Amino acid sequence: MSNPIDYAAIFIQFLVAAGFIVTTMLATHWIGPKRKSEKKLDNFECGIDSQGNARLPFSIKYFLTAILFVMFDVEVIFMYPWAVNFKQLGTFGFIEMLLFTGTLLLGFFYIIKKGALKWE
Amino acid sequence: MITAILFKTILVAIIFLVSLGIAAYSTYAERKVAAFMQDRVGPDRAGPFGLLQPIADGVKMFTKEEIIPNASDRILFILGPCVFMLTALMMSAVVPWGKSFDIGGVEFTMQVADINIGILYIMAIASIGVYGIMIGGWASNNKYSLLGAIRASSQMISYELAMGMSIVAIILMTGSLSLREIVDGQMHGKWNVFYQPLGFIIFLVCAFAEANRAPFDLAECETELIGGYHTEFSSMKLGLYLFAEYVSMFISSAVISCLYFGGYHFPGIDSLDLPQNLAAIISVAVLFAKTLFFIFFFMWIRWTVPRFRYDQLMKLGWQIFIPLSIINILATGAWMTFVK
Repeated sequence: MSNPIDYAAIFIQFLVAAGFIVTTMLATHWIGPKRKSEKKLDNFECGIDSQGNARLPFSIKYFLTAILFVMFDVEVIFMYPWAVNFKQLGTFGFIEMLLFTGTLLLGFFYIIKKGALKWE
Repeated sequence: MITAILFKTILVAIIFLVSLGIAAYSTYAERKVAAFMQDRVGPDRAGPFGLLQPIADGVKMFTKEEIIPNASDRILFILGPCVFMLTALMMSAVVPWGKSFDIGGVEFTMQVADINIGILYIMAIASIGVYGIMIGGWASNNKYSLLGAIRASSQMISYELAMGMSIVAIILMTGSLSLREIVDGQMHGKWNVFYQPLGFIIFLVCAFAEANRAPFDLAECETELIGGYHTEFSSMKLGLYLFAEYVSMFISSAVISCLYFGGYHFPGIDSLDLPQNLAAIISVAVLFAKTLFFIFFFMWIRWTVPRFRYDQLMKLGWQIFIPLSIINILATGAWMTFVK
């Protein structure tokens, strides 16, 4: 069993990590030379003048992947408590999980047939 | 209470320094391994056998000019590498590094936080890593960076699903989310890799994809995207991105050893009946040996396998690994219910 004090140790780790990062960022800011010029502060675009804003529309596939991820990740979260208590649940728990993954796979095959995961 | 806090602080400091040291020398080892595989010599100028190369690289990173492009979003541009490094350094908090020491009758566990949701903690922190990449790529306001960041986040979230499901099969067998209990369930050579070979392969490949390592390094695929999400970064901001990758490679190697290869246990050593402190030292050495092997394995794969195409990567993640890991869960469940 864990106590709240165990989580305090994570906080100590957070302080050490954050301290290291802040020190590094400040040190590199102070140590490095500062010779700015207009061209140097331009965005890199293979040497030619950069054209317009980079935040252009991108492929809808990435968005679709993100939405599908959210849905499937929620399903995976449901599996964790089931897995922890599996030994107590016995055969009943196993049959329930068959039903659960059955519906999950149904939706999964639907999105594959719909071509949501096609990248070509 | 005070001793406990003091001990935890010292342990955190040691683990922090060891992760940084191993990450620094992984960069050296990677170049040496690459050189060996390509029949070259590799770095050999700084110090004997080039051993001071990581330090030279670090100093160089610090003394480079810090460039923040005019078009970029300044705060997010600084925040990106910080978040990425922070997640890499925070992951090690729940890894059990060895058996407990006994100093003057007090038990000291070699684990920063022995919490009962250990593996969930690692998954949670690992998924925050996506933000580091996404923030950095978005803030640069550079086409290559943005494309690299979108690719990287899409890839990381896709493989997170299969990774999460391959861990479910491990939890089925152990009945606990605590990494220490998972490790202790594998005593006497009953390593999970023998019971979960499919789960192990899925987890290993997903760990490669999560770490953005070759053959899954499409996010920073040099031939197409210059440097991907860190194209615009310079000085130690670039250093943090590159360094965090090696830190997370070290931690994921340790997690792979804990989940599938018995962590700090090694068959035969447990039954020797050694004094507690000696056993603890040996257990730490065993875990590090396994971890170093997996770091080498990461490098070996990087210099052997060519990069995937993006559609192949997504197909592998979604259409092969997700169904396979569901089958793996069901097969493990059936085996636990009807055979065992």
